[in-house]
Amino acid sequence: MERLRRTMMFVPGNNPGMMADAHIYGPDSIMLDLEDSVTMAEKDTARLLVYNALKSVDYGDTEMVVRINPLNTPYGKKDIEAVVKAGVDVIRMPKTETAEEVIEVEREIERVEKELGCVGRTKIMAAIESALGICNAYAIATASPRMMGIALGAEDYCANLKTQRTPDGDELRLARETIVVAARAAGIDALDTVYSNLNDMETFRKEVEFIHRLGFDGKSIINPRQIEVVNEVFAPTEKAIEKARTILAAIKEAEKKGSGVIAVNGKMVDRPVVIRAQRTIDLAIASGILKEEEVK
Amino acid sequence: MSSIKERAALVEKAAEKMNKGVSHPENLVKNAASRMELQKESPKLATLEEAIRRSGLKDGMTISFHHHFRGGDKVVNLVVAKLAEMGFKNLHLAASSLSDVHAPLIQHIENGVITKISTSGLRGELANRISRGLMEEPVVFRSHGGRGSAIAAGDLHIDVAFLGASSSDPLGNACGYSRSENAKSICGSLGYALPDAQYADKVVILTDDLVAYPNTPNSISERQVDYVVEVDSVGDSSKISSGAIRDSKNPRDILLAQKAAKVIINSGYFKDGFSIQTGTGGASLAAVKYIRQSMIDRGIKASFALGGITAHMVKLHEEGLIDRLIDVQSFDKVAAESLKNDIMHKEVSANEYASADEPGSAVHYLDIVILSALEVDTKFNVNVLVGSDGIIRGAIGGHPDTAADSALSIIVCPLLRGRIPCVVDEVTTLITPGSSVDVIVTEYGIAVNPRRPELAERLRQAGLDVTDINILKEKARSIIGDASPLPFGDKVVGVVMNRDGNVMDVIKNIND
Amino acid sequence: MKFKESFAGTLESGDILVRLLPSDKPGLTINLESTVAYQFGSQIKSVIKETLENLGIESAVVDVTDKGALDCTIRARVTAAAVRATGKDVWAD
Repeated sequence: MERLRRTMMFVPGNNPGMMADAHIYGPDSIMLDLEDSVTMAEKDTARLLVYNALKSVDYGDTEMVVRINPLNTPYGKKDIEAVVKAGVDVIRMPKTETAEEVIEVEREIERVEKELGCVGRTKIMAAIESALGICNAYAIATASPRMMGIALGAEDYCANLKTQRTPDGDELRLARETIVVAARAAGIDALDTVYSNLNDMETFRKEVEFIHRLGFDGKSIINPRQIEVVNEVFAPTEKAIEKARTILAAIKEAEKKGSGVIAVNGKMVDRPVVIRAQRTIDLAIASGILKEEEVK
Repeated sequence: MSSIKERAALVEKAAEKMNKGVSHPENLVKNAASRMELQKESPKLATLEEAIRRSGLKDGMTISFHHHFRGGDKVVNLVVAKLAEMGFKNLHLAASSLSDVHAPLIQHIENGVITKISTSGLRGELANRISRGLMEEPVVFRSHGGRGSAIAAGDLHIDVAFLGASSSDPLGNACGYSRSENAKSICGSLGYALPDAQYADKVVILTDDLVAYPNTPNSISERQVDYVVEVDSVGDSSKISSGAIRDSKNPRDILLAQKAAKVIINSGYFKDGFSIQTGTGGASLAAVKYIRQSMIDRGIKASFALGGITAHMVKLHEEGLIDRLIDVQSFDKVAAESLKNDIMHKEVSANEYASADEPGSAVHYLDIVILSALEVDTKFNVNVLVGSDGIIRGAIGGHPDTAADSALSIIVCPLLRGRIPCVVDEVTTLITPGSSVDVIVTEYGIAVNPRRPELAERLRQAGLDVTDINILKEKARSIIGDASPLPFGDKVVGVVMNRDGNVMDVIKNIND
Repeated sequence: MKFKESFAGTLESGDILVRLLPSDKPGLTINLESTVAYQFGSQIKSVIKETLENLGIESAVVDVTDKGALDCTIRARVTAAAVRATGKDVWAD
């Protein structure tokens, strides 16, 4: 099954209590943060906490992501060394504006990986949080074979744009669409920005429905309470599941017969349809609607 | 014709035959005072000291209290301080429960005023000191149902009960709420005080809201009351209960509550007419919130909700999802108000609630109970009384009563509290035996008692993460390591009674 | 090893506050205050000792207030305090 990234939960890197059991809530990915949620005076202690947590805590199948400080700060390089040594799955770059920044991070990762003898293990994702970053979205998304996704960081982006966030999100329209298109063109994942008002789950749900329609793979979240809403929105409908199962059954049938052409109800089925059907089934299993053994 | 005068001889003869005197009603002097004034001179009205003196209390006797004012209670400290001042010694204090606020008892124990305690729970500094060997006599711990039974059976004989009431009239008709404008300390149900009122030799009501006769509908009847004492305050209102629905914002509580709700919904007992109770603890209280939508979707209504009643339960009742509320203790002001105003919200005594030996006690007809725990072990035994550090820090409450008598008992507890494991090899103290515990819900998985294979199968079918209790225990161990044994001494500081009146376990002192 | 007084950590639940002081005596003196002292006191001390010795600190007074931290957190906090005390980081500069 391809990895789903419906929810990427932010956990402050200086909070050992939250780091110890963030996975019990079932987010698809956990992002331990060394950047904005950590004060300058505690960058060193947070880095050590994240390093030791990654090495010791059994996070199960959860994808582990660490948001590092930019390389143009005194912390970025040490962050990379620590988390690569701890075996992190993905390094998340904040405030990415150019492909060169990605290449620089990749170089640092590779240096540490060589030391460890595990070159190519660490993936990269980039958060785009400025107008320049949006203009360079595709270049960023394709800057390294390690790239697994790009994400929107709306707060900085809005400040840069001289606007502010609204419930309807009109100000983010272009950024969101650009990110989805760039990610799709690069063949990587697109992740949406956080929604921070925990007391307004209605607006949160509307926003998730909207970015789901736009084509995003998932959303960055700040609290376990948001997970259920995102998973509900991303859960496929029964009709979609039925259709997907019919398509996948037809493929199996065609493979058995050795036929190259796949048809469902007299219509030709091409590759994108097959990929979408597989994703629908994956989502149905992840949402608990289907059991894995039912689709075997 | 026959006149009174003519019949006088016959009256005398009839009286003689019946061995009675002859009545002379012409001697009666009528009291012409207005009855509003007259009731102020009720013979039951007394100061605390007078009431104690007239009650006949003597050294070595048993006094009792209820805990409906919870952390705000002022009655226990007030009365015991007065008893100490009056020179009483060697008393047995039998409370339905004790908490942090009762730390002043330490000094009365040291001075020999109190030499024996029976209770459901102990917390705070008092618990701490007792765990370290403060008392010579071990504290006797009983469940709420067990206490009711012990009082009714005479195992726990109460000489004088001192019962705080939120309102009372001068004759002793008393309630845990008030209909007057001067209401100060509202607690709702007085369920745990009702056995004391019924069985104690003498009953003293203490109230901070003395209202005009008749304070009806009443929860304690004047017929059971000997003295009424007006005091400044029976409890600190802000610490008795919260004003509204308290929703836990703790994400782990919410996760556990959602899991418990899924267990309920898929247990096979979630059908029209079912009955339910929730224990204390954020997660077990919140579980009700998460079964609500399923009740609406499937058209399922509960026949009754039992036990400590909360605002959540009241809301479901008012929405028509729960037919009746059976209330031994009102957990918040919403519940207390509802008890006062809603005829379908009924107050019951501890005995009617949870006695093992009363055929009609409500727990016998309880389908589902959701409870919390300090520790559970691999045999499904539960401890809710003594912390993993060996210090007493909880209360038995109705835990063993409801677990034993319900059709389905669900324990909700985190696998770990910080570095303290909640799933262990053997509980520190045995409170609820594993034979009455069906499901353990933790954030790392759900364990079903091997005695209930059909239940495990149903939950597995529903896609819940059913696992082995030993796997949970190992999981905890892998995260926190092996705990060292506790430094217990050789003194028995507590005795745990089973609800059947027999001894189940003892608590040893902790040595520092 | 010469070093200055330092501290790392917090008093939040699940965390540990570590204070490291130079000592004129050889060996480590660990003063532990913990919510789980009975059950995990000796394990906490051995993690502290091991972490400091791995960093080459063999003489120090360590004052710790533990709020139920896991071993990985204790290691992180002790290392951070040591790095702050000696000025020598565990990561390349």
